[in-house]
Amino acid sequence: MAVCIAVIAKENYPLYIRSVPTQNELKFHYTVHTSLDVVEEKISAVGKSLGDQRELYLGLLYPTEDYKMFRKLHNSFTDVMCNPFHNPGDPIQSKAFDGIVSGMMVQTG
Amino acid sequence: WKALRRPLSTVKQVYSFKEKHHGDLQGAGDQSLFTSLYTSLAQQLPREPMEWRRTYGRAPKMIHLEANFVQFKEELLPKEGNKALLTFPFLHIYWTDCCDTEVYKSLVKEDMLRWQNSLRAHGSADWVIIVVETNDNKKKNKTNILPRSSIVDKIRSDFCNKQNDRCVVLSDPLKDSSRSQESWNSLLLKLRTLLLMSFTKNLGRFEDDMRTLREKRTQPGWSFCEYFMVQEELAFVFEMLQQFEDALVQYDELDALFTQYVLNFGAGGNFGWSGLLLRRPIDMEKRDGIQRGEASLLDLRSYLFSRQCTLLIFLQRPWEVTQRALELLHNCVQELRLLEVSVLEGALDCWVFLSCLEVLHRIEGCCDQAQLAANCSHTVGLWAYATDKLKSLGELCGLVSEKEPTSEDLNRTVDLLAGLGDERPETVNSLQSPYKKLKEALSSVEAFERHYLELSHAAMEMYRAIGRLRSARLVGKSLAEFYMRKADPERAETFLQEALKSYVSEGWSLPVTHTRKQIAACQKLLGRTEDYLQTSALLAGDVNLTTEERKHFCQEILTFAGKSGDQSQKVTLSMGVFTQLTRLQFRPATASVHSGAVLQVELTLRCLMPVSVHIQQLAASIHFDLERGGTNGRSKGTQRQTNPGTVEFHQSNSSAGPPSSSAAGPPLELDEIQDRSPSDNSLNSTGVVCKNTHLVMRRHDSHSPPDTPNCVSPPAVAMKEGAQMLKVQDVTLEPGNNSIIFTAPSGQPGTYTLRQLYATVGQVQFVLPHIYPSVQYEVYSQEPQLTVEPLSEPLLAGLPQMVKFTLLTGHYTVKKGDALQLSNTDTMPILPSSSCTARISNPAAEIIFDTYNVLSIQSSEKVTSISLPPTPPYHTLEFHLEVLCLIPSGDERPANERLTNGEVRHRPRSYSHPDTPMTAIDQRMSIDCPWSIYSTLLALTFYIPFKTKHSLLSAGNRKYIQVCVQNVSDVNFTLAEVKLTEKQHATLELQSLNTKTQQLLCSKHSVFCLWEVRWKDDLPSCLQCVFSADFSPLNQDISAFKPFHYQFQFERVTTLYSVRADILPPAGEQHCRSGLLCGLEVCITRLTEPAEGELAEDSKTDTDGLKTTKLMYEVADSSSNWAVCGKSSGMVSMPMAASATHKVQIEVMPLFAGHLPFPKIKVLKYLPHTAAVAIQPDPDSCVENDSLSLLDKALDDQGDTASIRSRGSVHSVGSGDQQQKGVAMPRLEPFSPGQVFNHSYTQQVLVLPATDDHIMEVNAT
Repeated sequence: MAVCIAVIAKENYPLYIRSVPTQNELKFHYTVHTSLDVVEEKISAVGKSLGDQRELYLGLLYPTEDYKMFRKLHNSFTDVMCNPFHNPGDPIQSKAFDGIVSGMMVQTG
Repeated sequence: WKALRRPLSTVKQVYSFKEKHHGDLQGAGDQSLFTSLYTSLAQQLPREPMEWRRTYGRAPKMIHLEANFVQFKEELLPKEGNKALLTFPFLHIYWTDCCDTEVYKSLVKEDMLRWQNSLRAHGSADWVIIVVETNDNKKKNKTNILPRSSIVDKIRSDFCNKQNDRCVVLSDPLKDSSRSQESWNSLLLKLRTLLLMSFTKNLGRFEDDMRTLREKRTQPGWSFCEYFMVQEELAFVFEMLQQFEDALVQYDELDALFTQYVLNFGAGGNFGWSGLLLRRPIDMEKRDGIQRGEASLLDLRSYLFSRQCTLLIFLQRPWEVTQRALELLHNCVQELRLLEVSVLEGALDCWVFLSCLEVLHRIEGCCDQAQLAANCSHTVGLWAYATDKLKSLGELCGLVSEKEPTSEDLNRTVDLLAGLGDERPETVNSLQSPYKKLKEALSSVEAFERHYLELSHAAMEMYRAIGRLRSARLVGKSLAEFYMRKADPERAETFLQEALKSYVSEGWSLPVTHTRKQIAACQKLLGRTEDYLQTSALLAGDVNLTTEERKHFCQEILTFAGKSGDQSQKVTLSMGVFTQLTRLQFRPATASVHSGAVLQVELTLRCLMPVSVHIQQLAASIHFDLERGGTNGRSKGTQRQTNPGTVEFHQSNSSAGPPSSSAAGPPLELDEIQDRSPSDNSLNSTGVVCKNTHLVMRRHDSHSPPDTPNCVSPPAVAMKEGAQMLKVQDVTLEPGNNSIIFTAPSGQPGTYTLRQLYATVGQVQFVLPHIYPSVQYEVYSQEPQLTVEPLSEPLLAGLPQMVKFTLLTGHYTVKKGDALQLSNTDTMPILPSSSCTARISNPAAEIIFDTYNVLSIQSSEKVTSISLPPTPPYHTLEFHLEVLCLIPSGDERPANERLTNGEVRHRPRSYSHPDTPMTAIDQRMSIDCPWSIYSTLLALTFYIPFKTKHSLLSAGNRKYIQVCVQNVSDVNFTLAEVKLTEKQHATLELQSLNTKTQQLLCSKHSVFCLWEVRWKDDLPSCLQCVFSADFSPLNQDISAFKPFHYQFQFERVTTLYSVRADILPPAGEQHCRSGLLCGLEVCITRLTEPAEGELAEDSKTDTDGLKTTKLMYEVADSSSNWAVCGKSSGMVSMPMAASATHKVQIEVMPLFAGHLPFPKIKVLKYLPHTAAVAIQPDPDSCVENDSLSLLDKALDDQGDTASIRSRGSVHSVGSGDQQQKGVAMPRLEPFSPGQVFNHSYTQQVLVLPATDDHIMEVNAT
């Protein structure tokens, strides 16, 4: 079950962040932000070995319960980025994207 | 004979060998047989590795077999369904050294049979019989000796049914001989093979059984603990074989199965929270508990983990231990929550804390310091987790506060410590066990703080060391919360600010809000009013907070603002967090007004406060720049916006909410482009171009993250008190957009730049330190300007024309009685008009109607005065006047007349204009204006619609004057009253030969007029004529006729000479013939007596007293009809008397047949050089060459006598003598037109062809 889903920009600011409403949203923000440490670590590690560059799944980021379900979200994310009216770097406000995320949260929860 | 059993805990592998020895008879001797062999057997068996081929496709492995030997007892044989693998007898050996057939038959065989039967009864087929042969035995029983082979053969035939390898002979085992060694080797190989065979078989069976058991896990009554014991058995076996990887797999499988089991069924039970125990390889205590099925979840997890940990350390993978430990701890916590196990509050925290430290201790125990430092990325998670747990324990037990814990807290602490139980014996003696640490930490506030800080700092340092700065900051934030609880805001703030900086820079609004709230509390405690208010302002505008919270923070500011205090207590805050300037609009939109005019500035302020705020004063400081203040009245292109006069401010620091990167991107600058065809200017294509593509198309994600929730700490605000301010008092800003209108000062001309914005709320002042993009407006001052321009182009001279006067009043106010004074000129009178009204319009070009706008125009002799209606400044006054520019009649008048005001009168000079065939006249006007002591000079250009030419025509003595009027304008005229008068000679009569009184003169056409000159006595040599006519544009009233005058002058009008030429055919011929010489007789006759002027001018007295003049003639045939033979030119001396005649004979030859025109005969004046000439150049050559060539040119241009004269003089100068101008050399001068009359001018003569051959040559020219 996904409790919190976040899409983070390259500059580490959140493009999209949503968590299960019953939980403490603030805590998730802190957690996701802190987990960027590991993301950075892993991404820089990936950069070193060319062979791994295509590996988009970064694994467990932060030692709690949040896993990053990257692949499924990635398709929807690509759609958002393909929107000619979307300014890359702006927060994501797509309804379709919202729907996908909701689906992922409800699926198992 | 001796049972050897190693304890399980030694971790050495244990194999149970059943050995059977028959020894009733041999008694002690037989016991000594096995005992003597045991040592070397146990030593040598594991020495050589064996290849272990495994089932299920697992890779084969080389293993060393080690065995444990146990004496055979029937009760030790495993029963059906036995699951113990560790104590399983894999191979049964029957040892015998019997060499006596009888003994074998009577005793040994029977014993063996019994042994075999019991084996068979237990289903064991893994056995071997070893026959030991020694020479001693042989010697001892010499008599009864049978061949050795017979005993072995017997045994084989009795027991080893087709399995001969089940009986092995060992020869002389105790001797050190090669035979003995060989015998040992083959025995060992045999034993290893058989043992491994049995092992593989039994292990496979065990694994199958185990799987079967596992499949039953969904059935009721299935016990996980039971299964656990079975699979652990397998793990032990692998461990003993040193196959740690395989052993670990067993535990991992158990782990996974357990997790699944927990999730599906739940398992609970009471438990203690003494934490993991990793110091023992096998925690038998817990294992027993599991075996008994009494283990709690934590027990089971702890035991499992301790086993995994042990194996991982064997495998030298300590870092996996830490990682798994963290997962385990998280898992356990999750599982207990899932199972809803009721636990004493804090117990789990204790368990996690102890476990973290235990794992860390264990890792520290097997790694050196350098390794630990290099791998702190693996341990830091545990450190942080432990820190976290200790903190919550401290909070639970009332240790995180200024005060001592309450008795309730103490009770809780006691309960928690009780749950820990006694310290384990392993760590009782160590100084720093996790157990001791926890106990101490919970013992007092001080001890807690010490331990907590130690852990926190350790975790933070490690995070920093591995570059996980966010994690470090999060720990720091937690630490800050601790300090806040301990009422130490000073230390807390450092950590909070650091964290806030990171959240702000990366745009995480929720953490920003939360942290900022903590900082606010901190600052309030610290009494840092200004900082606190600034933070409060940020929070009051933070949409992440509830309205209540926002109101609270807003109220904090307002409360402070409401306090009455002295000036020093004033606080200046950054405006951006309070209200945002979003738009600024100028009215008028040009942002440019003349001085004194009203300019309004409308500000749109977005108030971020949750409630309406009353502002005592809102002010904008202005920087005044005199230099750039233009009088041009145009705004400089500071505002590039498409919407003129409006400046949009992009908010870069919204106090909350997601960052908008649109603020970072520059706005598009678009321009329309049109592609027009160069030939006809028609539109080919049109489009839009973006002028700042390089900025717009720049990668957005490559620059810094978009500006996010504002500044960490607001920038220091410097207030610059400007001399001028835009001010509004008492404004109430409502949440959201507010519109505030200022009236901008516009007194002094110059550029006004808006610099800062202030809002004063009681003691608090909000300042916007820089208004960017810069906003400017201009105040200009304009001098009055008077311009005159034609109402319609072009202005025609000679006709009344309307001109437009435009007065831009500028800063000048036209008062009643102000008048323009125009100096009158003769050449351009101002025509009086009955209804001359003025039009006054304001700067917006709106016409102001006013009944008093009638102009009164008064003309005196020299001045026309136009009184102006009162006009406000910066208005436009327009009126029309009718003027008439007189056409100059061509005569010269003295210049340098002075006007009434002392100005030099500028004679209008006519000149030809390149754009029009009409002759242009610049007419200047001098106007005295009330605002200036200087006269204003204005010029108008008029065009003369006519070009007039005159010419003198002669017929012998009779003279005619022709005037040609050409209309070069675009207007059609009627010409009337055409007259020609001579001014000086009254007796002279000019008889008009013109028939029409009115004549149409169309555009681009000409009219020719002719008069015959008649005189009574003498024809004056000089005629001064005036041509006059009336003209008006076609189809206009008679009254519209305007006079047109044209003056001209003729000189030397009288005919002096007549020239007659005659062509004489050759002698004897009646006609001329081509190619034959004929004579040309030229007869020059003087017609008049010399006039006075002529005498003085160019005659001289001959030696014989006769006045003569020298003429030069020249015969020139330009059309090549004639060839002149001999001299073509010559000089004649003519007496200056009437009828004096001179004849010249010249031979010419016609070149063609037909009626040929006579060759041209020119007569010129020859002016000899005077006697006074000192230097004498060769006159002849000069005449012959230079002068003649000059003549040709001069004669082409006969009309202008003056021109020829001047050329002559130029020529003389050019010939080299500059000291004696004009008289140094003989020269030629043509006569004026009419002075020489050529009778044979166009006469022709018939020329016959040279031979009469009937061929007519036709020459058509």
